[in-house]
Amino acid sequence: MIIDILSWICLLSGGLLGVVGGIGIHRFSDFYSRQHAVGITDTLCAMLILLGLGLQAGMSLAAFKLALIFIFLFLTSPTASHALANAAMHGGLKPKLDSVTSEDKS
Amino acid sequence: MLIAVSLAILVTMWLALARALMGPTVYDRIAAINMFGTKTVLLIAVLAFLSGRTDLLDIALVYALINFVGVVAVLRLVEYGDFHSSGEDSTKPVKVDQG
Repeated sequence: MIIDILSWICLLSGGLLGVVGGIGIHRFSDFYSRQHAVGITDTLCAMLILLGLGLQAGMSLAAFKLALIFIFLFLTSPTASHALANAAMHGGLKPKLDSVTSEDKS
Repeated sequence: MLIAVSLAILVTMWLALARALMGPTVYDRIAAINMFGTKTVLLIAVLAFLSGRTDLLDIALVYALINFVGVVAVLRLVEYGDFHSSGEDSTKPVKVDQG
């Protein structure tokens, strides 16, 4: 019973974070700040949903497969985000800075 | 409850797809497609539990692998212009419209 409630909390907060990140990639103005919203949905949302499903599964083969997906996403999604930001910087896309900040620097 | 979670994931996928279609730069599109792929993995996992056929988790695992390799390959194509350059000799980046 308690495990059920915990798993629903994990699943629902994961879904909520997903929608928040989806709204975030439309409301942020810049590629590098959009990466922040993408990062939310790629890490915490995915982790919470997989954790909730794992609590539903209990000790079974499905839980092992979920753990494999968990480990793989945990390793690859920060790598993909880093490669993407690195490629954008290398490709000459400049971050949009605040006007006050750029005046302070110059 | 699982239906609510899958609907939330579907809404997120629609938003990511809209950003991929609208995105001003090519990197916005790749980021949105990366997010779409991760959400697809989660949607397959949730649907596996919704239908009670947990064999579908294998497909989710394979999709996670394909998504990562695909994003890295597309990034390499965008950054260097081909798939086979070593990376040192072709340091000239591809021109990106920053509109």
